[in-house]
Amino acid sequence: MISRDPLIMGAVAYDAKVVTIWDGFGQYFRKHGLHFDYVLYTNYEAQVAAHLSGHVQVAWNSPLAWLQAERVATSLGRQAEALCMRDTDRDLTSIVLVRADSGINEVADLRQRRVAVGANDSPQATLIPLNYLADSGLTPRRDFEVVLFDYLVGKHGDHIGGERDAVRALVRGEVDAACILDANHLAFTREGTIPSGAARILAQTPPYDHCNFTAFADAPKAQVARFRELLLGMSYADAEVRPLLDLEGLKRWVPGRVEGYAQLASAIERFSTIDGFVQDSVARCR
Amino acid sequence: MQVDLETLGLAEGGYLLIKRALRQAGADGEITVTGTMPGLDVDLRAWCRAEGHRFEWRPGVPGTPGHAVVMNGGAETSRWAGAQRAAAPGAARPDTVAEHPPRSWGLAARGAVVEAGTPDFDFHLVDKIEVWSDDAARIYAQAVAAQWDPETAIPWGAKFTLPDDVETAVVQIMTFLIENETAALIIPSRFIAQLHPHFREVMQVLAVQAADEARHIDVFTRRARLKRDELGLSTIGGQASLKTLVDEPEFAIASFLLSVLGEGTFLSLLWFIEQYAPDPITASVVRLAAQDEARHVAFGLAHLGQHLSTDAGLRPRLADAIRRRHETLRHTAGLNAEVFDALLIMAAGSWQHADLREGYRRVLQLTHDMDEGRRKRLTRLGFSETEAEELSGLHTRNFM
Repeated sequence: MISRDPLIMGAVAYDAKVVTIWDGFGQYFRKHGLHFDYVLYTNYEAQVAAHLSGHVQVAWNSPLAWLQAERVATSLGRQAEALCMRDTDRDLTSIVLVRADSGINEVADLRQRRVAVGANDSPQATLIPLNYLADSGLTPRRDFEVVLFDYLVGKHGDHIGGERDAVRALVRGEVDAACILDANHLAFTREGTIPSGAARILAQTPPYDHCNFTAFADAPKAQVARFRELLLGMSYADAEVRPLLDLEGLKRWVPGRVEGYAQLASAIERFSTIDGFVQDSVARCR
Repeated sequence: MQVDLETLGLAEGGYLLIKRALRQAGADGEITVTGTMPGLDVDLRAWCRAEGHRFEWRPGVPGTPGHAVVMNGGAETSRWAGAQRAAAPGAARPDTVAEHPPRSWGLAARGAVVEAGTPDFDFHLVDKIEVWSDDAARIYAQAVAAQWDPETAIPWGAKFTLPDDVETAVVQIMTFLIENETAALIIPSRFIAQLHPHFREVMQVLAVQAADEARHIDVFTRRARLKRDELGLSTIGGQASLKTLVDEPEFAIASFLLSVLGEGTFLSLLWFIEQYAPDPITASVVRLAAQDEARHVAFGLAHLGQHLSTDAGLRPRLADAIRRRHETLRHTAGLNAEVFDALLIMAAGSWQHADLREGYRRVLQLTHDMDEGRRKRLTRLGFSETEAEELSGLHTRNFM
């Protein structure tokens, strides 16, 4: 039996279109018998805390927020599940760009150089590429300078602005390398932020995964199952949901998987990124 | 299928070649992509992810470039699965006008393929029978070819001097014409916004009609102010009559009252002014305006004739509209006396008794010509001689 209370989902308002997207999906869910509502947060830390406290039953989490939720839950003896994700959340890579004429030909050449990254909490533009460089033998801040483009901290790099600023700094010669999501290389080339022939790809990380819908095992099972079923059943051929899928940047929802978060997990352990958040959250929830 | 981009970058247009190949391969079809542009594998992976295609990079043996295998994820096929061509279904030509184009075709060009889920537009005139004329395209083409430039088409520099009273009469007539042409601009403009753009040629005819009226307002204003700073009088009766036209919500009735009866009557008026114009500029502006008005009348007759040929029930409704308008205006003065007087003075040309008598005779002849023209047009729309006589007699005394 499905509860009469709405299933409440949390999402972070990184852009005004988030309201359009979730109002639209909300209508679709209700039309298909799922009583649904959503709450927007200004940052992922607030959303994870609210999720742990039971204010929302499902959260649309960044990969970092997933690890925050999963780590705190594990410490509390609870279990987190990645319900599903966008097809575009799978197998992303990050790249390290250098100027074409820079003479930097391998990762080791970045020693003593200035490397631009995105927001401090961006998995794709900061944490994963810095972890990759560390795996390659260069310790950030010791072997090279990290230049942050801290755009909208708390939004985990959801906004493209930090990466664009990093690339502009590279093109202007203010930094020696810039770390960005692979898709943004194409986007910045198309929009002219990277002038033709101005930059070269020095390195590419292995593939990793991005956002997911997170639920804890103690969430209302029937509602969560219906939520997942409705998402996975959405078709790009359906004119009712296609504009929303386009806005959210996917062609279809796919089952969640957690193997793709290994690189980010390694990064947060190496850089102790979320230790304070996890400790504080565990203390608060106990 | 293989696509070799050689040195072409993905953003430089390489993606178009890949898109084309994937379209040919169809949903679930595979293509191979090669190229030597540095970063091709990075961009292609990201592009495939965004487009919903499966991507696999197969590195080459050392010293040779790798290649990508891309499988069409079918999103494009899904996007267009429920699309409709904006045309009559099953017609021989792919842009045949539909009887009832759905509002969701929106602004799409007739004959275009419209994605399913396009939002409904709030068009009110969506039935072909209400608006369509097979002559619309021809009338539009004629209208475009017949556009004239007020600057060069009218002899603004012609020298003339009129007696004060005759100039005053001309200014009053121009003031009256401007007021009426303003109504004739507003009415088609309002219906353009309500018309489903699927009926493209009708929309174009109405648009050029509005543009014609804008030009008429311009030249009548210039003639009125040629010798005087101030314009003439505007009366309650004249405006009350025009308001019944402006307020008419139904396209067929508005078109009937405005184009067939109003502008039809105006044709006689403009020809009359041309004939007795006291100066070459007045003669010129009304002659050119009359050419345009004749087209407006022709379109009104054409689409109403076509409407009536499939819906005879419209005819009594048109007749009722004239009677209703007559009732509404029964207690108004109709034509302002100053206009009637001005026409008489202009047609007389002086205060001589004999001239005034002749002017009066000419104005009477004008009202007779107007009546005859209206009856002729009404019978063309299938009204009997008796009905036409009755209905013409009920037409507003304000002419338009």
